[in-house]
Amino acid sequence: MNVAIEEGAVPARAASYAGSVMQTDGPDNSSPENDRFVELVTRVRQNGDREAFAAVFRHFAPRVKAFLMKSGANEGLAEECTQEVMATLWTKAHMFDPTRASVSTWVFTIARNRKIDALRRIKRPEPEELPWGPEPEPDQVDVMTLRQESEKLAEAIASLPDKQRDLIQRAYFGDLSHAEIAEQTGLPLGTIKSRIRLALERLRHAMG
Amino acid sequence: MSEIKHHLTDALLLSYAAGTLDEGFSLVAATHISLCDDCRARLESFEAVGGALVDECEGVALADNALEATLAMIDVVPVVASAATSPSAKCVFPSPLREYVGGDLDAVRWRPLGGGVKQAVLKTGGEDKVRLLSIPGGTAMPDHGHRGLELTMVLQGAFEDADGHFGRGDVEVADEDLHHTPVAVAGEVCICLAATDAPLRFKGLVPRMAQPFLGI
Repeated sequence: MNVAIEEGAVPARAASYAGSVMQTDGPDNSSPENDRFVELVTRVRQNGDREAFAAVFRHFAPRVKAFLMKSGANEGLAEECTQEVMATLWTKAHMFDPTRASVSTWVFTIARNRKIDALRRIKRPEPEELPWGPEPEPDQVDVMTLRQESEKLAEAIASLPDKQRDLIQRAYFGDLSHAEIAEQTGLPLGTIKSRIRLALERLRHAMG
Repeated sequence: MSEIKHHLTDALLLSYAAGTLDEGFSLVAATHISLCDDCRARLESFEAVGGALVDECEGVALADNALEATLAMIDVVPVVASAATSPSAKCVFPSPLREYVGGDLDAVRWRPLGGGVKQAVLKTGGEDKVRLLSIPGGTAMPDHGHRGLELTMVLQGAFEDADGHFGRGDVEVADEDLHHTPVAVAGEVCICLAATDAPLRFKGLVPRMAQPFLGI
């Protein structure tokens, strides 16, 4: 029984659109995991909810620490920086916009900025903020679309051959210079719709 | 905004998203993205890849008291106020560049290079070099090649070279293969932001001799 079609045409359409490219189990391909993080960050922002923060911390802090160590930080520095990154999530929770980034992406950008500051000791000039900030009540369709695309992206990266995934990891985790990225040869990445396809195509261009 | 025709390459956007691009190049990237919605969207795609990679990382355990230590930090750090968006519409320089200059175009401390051309080297912590150039309309820059990478972004006026016409917001990505002679288009003074990771190679003898003094 296809419940989603009766409940709301837009989510059903979005899901089948994605499903036409990558097999899914029908219209309900929601990720409780990702939704949970958006909700937890919202609770941190609105209520200063420490339990919600602790849940975000348990999931992301070990990953941020791993990211920093892969980027060249020793364990002590990685530990210190991870705690600072997590504290920044708290102090900047009101700037998180679930229509423009997943929680993972947002965490990545904060960890990356800390890495540049602590490991490379240079500044990272940031682009001008868009004149509009996060909406107080983000559009749920936008949030869901972004979530679905993020999932597709994660699946696409997970299904890459080891050698290619390794190359991308090295580009992001810091030991591939700009020139080396520009020199890398092509990454065959299947056909996936929308922004994810764009991201992966761009990735292929960037690496080759 | 939609008039921008010359964009950042994917490799540059990936490096900027990953945080491996040096500071001067990053300044050009941030300045361009401030004016270019297309490159901003592409940057966000590359950042989404970074998010997916962090998410699939196998975590490394934190110290036993890490959560308590972080919560203690939160108690003393004030919540960051939303970045006040200063009215940028009337400025020649987008906000990342204004931060380095200490103001807009009128705050630049120029040094003459001769022939009406002026430059101002901006200080960064990186190994690359970044500077502002002011070129009177109709004037040619010395013919030069590159040992490394050179990014040149137009902020006011326009220049032309073998690669085409570059107006406000456009960025030229030049590498070792490009030997070019940019000429500022007649009219408004052309103001550019240029970053290089290696000294330029001038063809003429005089510019070559002057190079150490000019710091370019």
